[in-house]
Amino acid sequence: MMLIPCPFCGHRSESEFAYGGPVKPDRPDPHTTSDEDWVEYLTTVPNPLGPVQERWWHVKGCGTWLTIWRDTRTHDIVEGPGDAG
Amino acid sequence: MQNYSIFALLRHALNGHTTWAPAWRSPPLRESYDVIVVGAGGHGLATAYYLAKEFGISDVAVLERGWLGGGNVARNTVTVRSNYMRDASIPFYVKSVALYEGLTDELNFNMMHSKRTMIDVVQTFPKMRELRRRQLTMDIYGSTYEQISTEEVRRRIPALTGGGPDARLPVIGGMVHTDAGVNRHDAVAWGYARGADARGVELHQQTPVTKLLRGGDGAIKGVETPRGEVRARRVAVAVSGHTTTLTETVGLRLPLRTMNLTAFVSEPVKPLVDVVVNCPDSGFYFSQSDKGEMVIGGAPDTGQSFRRDIKQHVFEDTVTAMLSLFPSFRKLKLLRQWGGHLDIAPDASPIMDETDVPGLFVTAGWWGGYKAIPAGGLTFAHLIAKGSPHPLMSPFTLNRFKHLDYVMESGTTTAR
Repeated sequence: MMLIPCPFCGHRSESEFAYGGPVKPDRPDPHTTSDEDWVEYLTTVPNPLGPVQERWWHVKGCGTWLTIWRDTRTHDIVEGPGDAG
Repeated sequence: MQNYSIFALLRHALNGHTTWAPAWRSPPLRESYDVIVVGAGGHGLATAYYLAKEFGISDVAVLERGWLGGGNVARNTVTVRSNYMRDASIPFYVKSVALYEGLTDELNFNMMHSKRTMIDVVQTFPKMRELRRRQLTMDIYGSTYEQISTEEVRRRIPALTGGGPDARLPVIGGMVHTDAGVNRHDAVAWGYARGADARGVELHQQTPVTKLLRGGDGAIKGVETPRGEVRARRVAVAVSGHTTTLTETVGLRLPLRTMNLTAFVSEPVKPLVDVVVNCPDSGFYFSQSDKGEMVIGGAPDTGQSFRRDIKQHVFEDTVTAMLSLFPSFRKLKLLRQWGGHLDIAPDASPIMDETDVPGLFVTAGWWGGYKAIPAGGLTFAHLIAKGSPHPLMSPFTLNRFKHLDYVMESGTTTAR
């Protein structure tokens, strides 16, 4: 069971949260970006063997959205991309 | 190749079974091959086998980081079926199921294939509509799907005593897929390995590929392993959840996310359920193995994961759902749990293509790829040998993302 740190409620069980997916780069301007970059933005997310930045929604709690770094090998919540957990 | 038969068994019995030849060789690793297949799982071994058998390419090395058949081919729930939704998917899976049914003879290895039917236990009308729609498409391609009444579902699965009229989700009917079956996963890996080895393919275990290597022309030139560099002009990656980890070593990003799908088995009990039971509305499925264990699967973990164990709340959710329909399973003790890394594309369909790196081929995105092993290996071998996709796999190239021509597949996961 993962304990996710909510900025308002403290560490809460993962079952109170809805998963919001990995953090994607900023949406490119569809009028100026190339087709390739646009497709990459739509389809391709970071898939690291290690820390990934992702969004969670505290839907059964206070309702806030939050962003964490989680190590995909251990489910440990870590400080950032370089933190092995 | 040493033939396996009752006569061979008797002959070797006279010598106390000391004279059997090893099922495959362990040759020294050479510096270069025509084709390198990364990953000795189901897809990798089947690809090597069909490369040698169908396309005459036997200068092939299969490199495996652990032991042969120790990855997802040993971590699935051995369900073979073809009840998919899309015109693009169904013929491929029909072919794969047909190849599976002939695999024991093809490989002279007992697959213990048990074509035992799958029954979907349906509890909501939207799901029933979806499965009826699937049935209409499947009819076109010769895959069998048929609706049955609640009474018939309960007659065929006597252990299904929950989901009555007062339940939150009463059982409203079922769908029967008679083509479905289960078999023995180790035999699939070992049978293909033995068949490939007999045709000259080299299998190298304990040989992890740490990096793909590109030549000055940008094309693939080989792979790096702790045992040294191995060169090949064609490298075929069949490593499931680690596909992006490997392709990113040559700067190639693919539209795949790696997730952990888990399963668990109960203690063995007497024969109780003789079909594969899938409960899509409750989110679990199971079958009873020949040993008598209930092999149970549920939903994947939330989010990307390279872990290979089950999360407690995923386990609890699956068990809770199962007990609501099969209350007598409350008495079962659980023996083992495990997980496997799968990668999934945005449209939940597989990817099989030569990548932007010339000579680098990937077969990935096989969510529930066990059933796809024979046809997946055959079509991947076709792609590697001929350089163009097999007709059955032509809708599943990387090009579909460039044109956003997705094959949105709801039949990919059994459970939901």
